[in-house]
Amino acid sequence: MEVLLGITGKDFVIVAASKAAMRGASILKSNDDKTRPLNKHNLLAFSGEAGDTIQFTEYIQANIALYSMRNETDLGPSAVASFIRSELAKSLRSRKPYNVNLLLGGVDPISREPSLYWLDYLASSAKLPYAAHGYAQYYCLSILDKHHHPDISFDQGMRILRMCTDELQRRLPIDFKGMTVKVVKKDGIQEVEYDTSKQVLSA
Amino acid sequence: MSRRYDSRTTIFSPEGRLYQVEYALEAISHAGTALGVLATDGIVLAAERKVTSKLLEQDTSAEKLYILNDNMICAVAGMTADANILINYARQAAQRYLITYNEDIPCEQLVRRLCDLKQGYTQHGGLRPFGVSFIYAGWDPQRQFQLYQSNPSGNYGGWKATSVGANNASAQSLMKQDYKEDCNLKEACSLAVKILSKTMDSTKLSSEKIEFATVGRTKDGTIYHHIWSGKEIDALLKEEGLAKEEEESG
Repeated sequence: MEVLLGITGKDFVIVAASKAAMRGASILKSNDDKTRPLNKHNLLAFSGEAGDTIQFTEYIQANIALYSMRNETDLGPSAVASFIRSELAKSLRSRKPYNVNLLLGGVDPISREPSLYWLDYLASSAKLPYAAHGYAQYYCLSILDKHHHPDISFDQGMRILRMCTDELQRRLPIDFKGMTVKVVKKDGIQEVEYDTSKQVLSA
Repeated sequence: MSRRYDSRTTIFSPEGRLYQVEYALEAISHAGTALGVLATDGIVLAAERKVTSKLLEQDTSAEKLYILNDNMICAVAGMTADANILINYARQAAQRYLITYNEDIPCEQLVRRLCDLKQGYTQHGGLRPFGVSFIYAGWDPQRQFQLYQSNPSGNYGGWKATSVGANNASAQSLMKQDYKEDCNLKEACSLAVKILSKTMDSTKLSSEKIEFATVGRTKDGTIYHHIWSGKEIDALLKEEGLAKEEEESG
């Protein structure tokens, strides 16, 4: 029951991931960070099989860092997404494929355009205005369909995110221990304070 | 004395020189001239065709200008057979980049890939270095239009106007005089033919003796590259007053 959410707007991408690290029905940790920064303006959020997620994401992180060092320039979100997709496609056809689902939020260093990519372990890749992975899809996509516009401001984006997390707290059977929320803007990646301590009553 | 050192590419002479690399550079300085001029809205490459004969099939593809990628072309000076190996390598490298990142390889990266290969042959591997210099013209979103030159040692650099091959020193000094930083593609084309006409042995040019290519931007903003046909070259020569007299032999 891991939650991954992504929302783009006029000049930003919000990426949010649940803080609970789970194994079966048990919660092992309640401050887990399921995101990794790849370069100055690309952020990857991941869910899936426990060991695979970190192994794969850090492999991607290291390769994107290597590219930046070698070429003295950062890859843009679409190039990063294609690179990740090609690595996932390679893995899928190997003896033991990685079981990882990802959201990539980024801002293009040249055009300054924000973008969000949805990727899964079958190496599908889609550029979307808003996205979710796992059970969050069932509860959040309808809210996002109704409230999202491509040119929303950051505050509007955070309000929509609040609607989504409230709905998740209301309907998911397991507490996901709140969300790590990060935002990518033209001047980099920032963490956003996000309080989910207020009780949301179930329907 | 030098025979002890110049038969091997990989060994320094006592004066600290690599003879094979220097011989390769020397071989290129006898090859047909190739030059490139950077303009604000594009790049022009021009080259002198050395093998001209009445018996030669003229409509076969360009001899010294090659397409590397959707955003890049190059001019060759030196051994064409060696160049073919490198061009094939560059095209593969560019396509490999395209398949992993879904965008065209940045120009400098492609130049560097080729130069890394060339450098390898000055240090280990084959029997001799590649006997070719390239002039590359390309475009990428980060640095827009770019012109590069590389040589058999594996060195490369970015230029506003440059030339390789026979008479490249005089071509270079002509460029230093006449190049204007804010020139457009059309002005760059006329500069290129003027310089070629002065550095080549024959004063009257024709499409049989030179090759021409441009990289530019269409009205809707897409980048194109174009290797000129004989007719287009003749039209330019006529406009510049450098064309051979119309069928003087009758």
